[in-house]
Formats: sequence, structure tokens, C-alpha cells
Amino acid sequence: MNTLLLVEQGLNGLQLGVMLFLMAAGLTLVFGIMDMINLAHGSFYMIGAYLTATFAPLLDSFVLGVLVALPLAALVGMAVEMVALRTLYRREHLDQVLATFGLILFFNELVRIVWGPQAIFLSPPAWLGGTVEIIPGVPYPAFRLAIIGVGLAVACFLYLLITRTRTGMLIRAGASNREMLGALGVDVKRLYTLVFGLGAALAALAGAMAGPILAVQVGMGESVLILTFVVIVIGGLGSVRGALVGALLVGMVDTMARALLPTLLRAVMPPSQADGMGASLASMTIYILMAAVLAWKPRGLFPAHA
Amino acid sequence: MIEGDDQQKPDIAKQLADRMVERDDVDVVTGIIWSNLALALMPSLERAEVFFLSPNAGPSQLAGKQCNPFFFGVAYQNDGQHEAMGQHMQSQGIKRAYLMAPNYPAGKDALTGVKRFFKGEVAGEVYTAVGQLDYAAELAQLRAAAPDGVYIFYPGGMGINFVKQFEQAGLKGKVPLFGPGFSFSEDSLPAIGDAALGVMNTAQWSGDIDNPQNRKFVQGFEAAYDRLPSVYAAQAYDTALLLDSAVRKTGGKLEDKDALRAALKAAEFKSIRGDFKFNANHFPIQDYYLREVVKDDKGRLTNVIRGTVFEDHADPYAAECRM
Repeated sequence: MNTLLLVEQGLNGLQLGVMLFLMAAGLTLVFGIMDMINLAHGSFYMIGAYLTATFAPLLDSFVLGVLVALPLAALVGMAVEMVALRTLYRREHLDQVLATFGLILFFNELVRIVWGPQAIFLSPPAWLGGTVEIIPGVPYPAFRLAIIGVGLAVACFLYLLITRTRTGMLIRAGASNREMLGALGVDVKRLYTLVFGLGAALAALAGAMAGPILAVQVGMGESVLILTFVVIVIGGLGSVRGALVGALLVGMVDTMARALLPTLLRAVMPPSQADGMGASLASMTIYILMAAVLAWKPRGLFPAHA
Repeated sequence: MIEGDDQQKPDIAKQLADRMVERDDVDVVTGIIWSNLALALMPSLERAEVFFLSPNAGPSQLAGKQCNPFFFGVAYQNDGQHEAMGQHMQSQGIKRAYLMAPNYPAGKDALTGVKRFFKGEVAGEVYTAVGQLDYAAELAQLRAAAPDGVYIFYPGGMGINFVKQFEQAGLKGKVPLFGPGFSFSEDSLPAIGDAALGVMNTAQWSGDIDNPQNRKFVQGFEAAYDRLPSVYAAQAYDTALLLDSAVRKTGGKLEDKDALRAALKAAEFKSIRGDFKFNANHFPIQDYYLREVVKDDKGRLTNVIRGTVFEDHADPYAAECRM
């Protein structure tokens, strides 16, 4: 294992981390403010990818495609909030889990009806199609660098939004005491809808950025959703800062484990055994990480209502 | 014709099979894609003496020790395409190969199939989590290992993701990529895009096999569905032809199980893949072709044959089958 390879894997970990952050930020905002567990968050990721894959070729530009897809996904999110989820806020978490799981099935079927069962192709913009040599000897896919840039930019934007704006103040107030916020004359209903739309748009952005790397297909949101939940459990429910730290931690640990474990095990056992076992251990590492973090801090690293 | 959706779940497949056998009194079951599902419903079908014509799944268990008088694998034994590519890589003089598959039984079987015919050095044998989406870490390791060729067994979405990321990592053109035909079938090629161009893969069928029945199939499929047929479609079509031939041969008397079995085993139909006959274990003896991904005259990605790797290839498990 040489240094260049380690640098490259570090970038890979960072890239996976910021992708997870885009997903986790929206999910944790919705949880923190509305106390709502939304399993259908992965569906917005899928819808973002499908909308981008539809509009990017139509407008002949990936960036324009994303810019059209995001507000549409936010509208879908707000519509879902108004039609389906609004009635669930006062119900128990188990009811919310069941209802939003139903929404997953609904959206998967809807996508199948609209776009068909086959995976569809989405390419990165031509100017991001190649590789960049960041340091000599490490060619890195330009599109993944762009993902890192966009993810970090969104993190800054969310930080400023939450700490420096009136909307952010209301979001924070809603998270700590919604009755009081309502009593002060704030339209809490509208605030919830807006936050939900923001969360949906963030997930859609993650989906749009994932589209050119991954397959745009029905059910693509589910596998990423599990990782996202791991991230927000590690980071602490309801905290955007926790989501960022948790996402980077999970991205880094997952990537490094997949890269290093088989090599390390090869030192102590025959290669074929080491490869199989390394793979099994690597897919467990983030759950081991989660268990370790929860044993140390049962409410996650940065719980919102500490 | 009675249809059911197995939802890729063995328990649901078994329930459906039980219902079709007991309530609907069917004579033949077909259509399962996944090997674990096929294995799950065989006990019910055997007990009820109902035939299962598999248009895809061909697990080694059913080809060897657990071979079954009511099972016919019409597509291939699962190792076939991997063995063919192992043979091709061997004949290409590849010295150091990198092998990658998901970490589950079929993944291990696939790489075992490759190694049965590829005798060079295995520079790395990498198993990844089933359903893994991002292969960035593995691709960095792959570049560092600098092998002469890489063989991937990644079905469905995993394969689409891997091949796209392989190109984005700048590895395409530097390390030759090899894989089984179903990873580069016409149903997933549109989602992979140009990253798949030029990839060599092995399969028992290709759209450009030149015989009248295959031309009729490809044209008919395109006219009906407005896209190119994949190996899966071809296998299912052959399964229908086989069933048709057996029903004709028995004069429609499907109650006589032995006569129906003999008619199926005779396989008197013109397969669209060319040479085809059943081995003693009810698995095909057939040719395997080397295919390359190209663009057709309408700009669509598809496969064309570049050579024949195996002629009349039989699977290695048939000797263990007692039937």
C-alpha cells in the first residue's frame, strides 16, 4: 500500500461522505424539526436521478437538467408532505415507518409506470467526463471531484442558512419547541412544508449527482437509505453538523476498510481466504463503527436535543 | 397460461408454485430467473410431478448430485459463460488476471468457473458486497495492481455501475475488461452507455447468429417491443419453442409424464442459438461465442460475434448426476 493509493482512497472516502451528507442532511432536518421518520427519503433521491436523466438530454446540458430537476423534486416533496405526511406528525414513529414504507412502494411503482422497468443512462457533462491528475500519478475522475465540491458547497450553504438567516432561526426554533413557535404567530405548517421541500431537493441533488456514476433504476434509493440512517444515528438525530461528521466518518471508514482489509488479511492467511473474509468484514465495518459510537455516546455524536 | 410475480423471493416463488400445482393444476412451470428461487421450488414441483423448464437459472446442484427428472435447464449451466471467458483469456495469453465478483455463492461459483480454464496468475480475487453501488475503492486497488486483464461477474445494476465507473476512472483502454454475456446484454447496455463499447463477453446466443429462426425472432422482437432482444429474451423464446415441440410430439397428452419427459429430452426444435441438445443431466450441450459490444447502424449498443470459444460444451457436473 503506497502513499499515492492512500491519497486516492482518501478522496474516494471524502466523495462517498459528501454524497451521504446530502442525503442525511435532509433526513435529519425533517426528523429534528417534525419528529418524523421518513423512510421515503430515498424515493426523492430516485426521483432526482430520474428527472435529471430525463431533462439533461432534453436541454442538452447536465447542469441545466439538474437545475430543472431540483425544484420539481422539491415540489413533489412538498406535495407528499401536504397530502400524506401532514396527518402523521402526531402519530407514533411506528405508524410513520409503516406509512412511509408504503410511499416507497408507491413511488417505485410510479417510476416503473412512467419510465419503465429498465435502467436508464445518464452521462456526466463532457467537460467532467475524464480524469484529473491532482498530484502526479493519481488520475482521479473529474466528476467525483465535482461531487466533492458540490457537497462541500451545500454544507456551507446549509450552515449559513441555519445559523445566519431568519428561516434558519425558525428551523432551529421549530426543532426545540414547536408549540411556542406557533404561539408566536409563525405559520408552522408552512415552515414544515418548506423544510420538507428543502430535504427533498437535497436528496434529489444527491440522486442527480449519483446518476452518472450509478445506474438510474427503480429502487436505487433503498440501498443508499440504509447507509444514510447509519450516518444520522452516528451523527445524532436531528443535527446537521452531526450529519456532516457522521457522513464523512462513514464514507472514510467504509472506503478504507474495503481497500485495506483484504490486503491486511493476506498477511496472515492464504489469499483466496483473505479476499472472501476481507470482503465480509469490510461490509460490516460501518455497523461496527455505529455500535462503537453508540456504546460511547448513546445519542450519537452531536444530538440535536441534548 | 397462469402468471405470478415471484418478487425475487424464494418463499413467494414456492407459494406460487404450490398454488399453481394444487389449485390451477398446471402441467409445466417456467420463468424463474434466480437460481436460489429455482432451487426453492423444485421439491414442490417434483412431488407433484410437474416439469420445470428453466429459461435462465442453472445452479450446479441441479446439474450434479441433486439433478432432477422434472428439471430442464434450457439456458445454460451457470458456470458456462464464465468457463468460456476463462478459456478465451487463457488463449489470449493473459498472464496476470484480476477477478471480481459479489460476495455470495454465485459470485464464488463464477470465479471458480473462470479459473477452471484460465491457468495464468490471479493477481487479485476481489469480492465486494452484494448490491454495492460504488466501486471507487476497488478501482483504485485495481489500477495499482496493473493486471493484464480484469474479469468481472456483476449482474444487473452492479454491472452497470462498475462498467461506467471503470471508464470514468480512466481504466478503459488501459486494462482489457472481460465478462459474462448477461452482464452486457441488450437490456442493460443502454444504461451503461458507450463505456461498454469494445468489451469482450461470452454467451451461448447473439442477435447476429445467422439462421432463419433467429432472424425471425430478432425481427419479431424488435417490431413488438421497439428494442433489441437480450440473451434473457432469447433463452425464454427457446424455452417456448422446446415446450411447443414437446407438446406436439406427445400429441397434447401431457398426463403421460414419461412420454413428456422423453419429448422434452429429445429437444426436437430449431434453437435460435444454433446447435443445442440436452446432456444426461437435462442441461444443454451447446456452443459458446465470443462477443464484442458495438454500435449498430441505428447507433444502438449491441453484441456481435467475434469467434466461437467452445463447440458442444458440456458442464463439468453431469458426471455426478444419477437419474
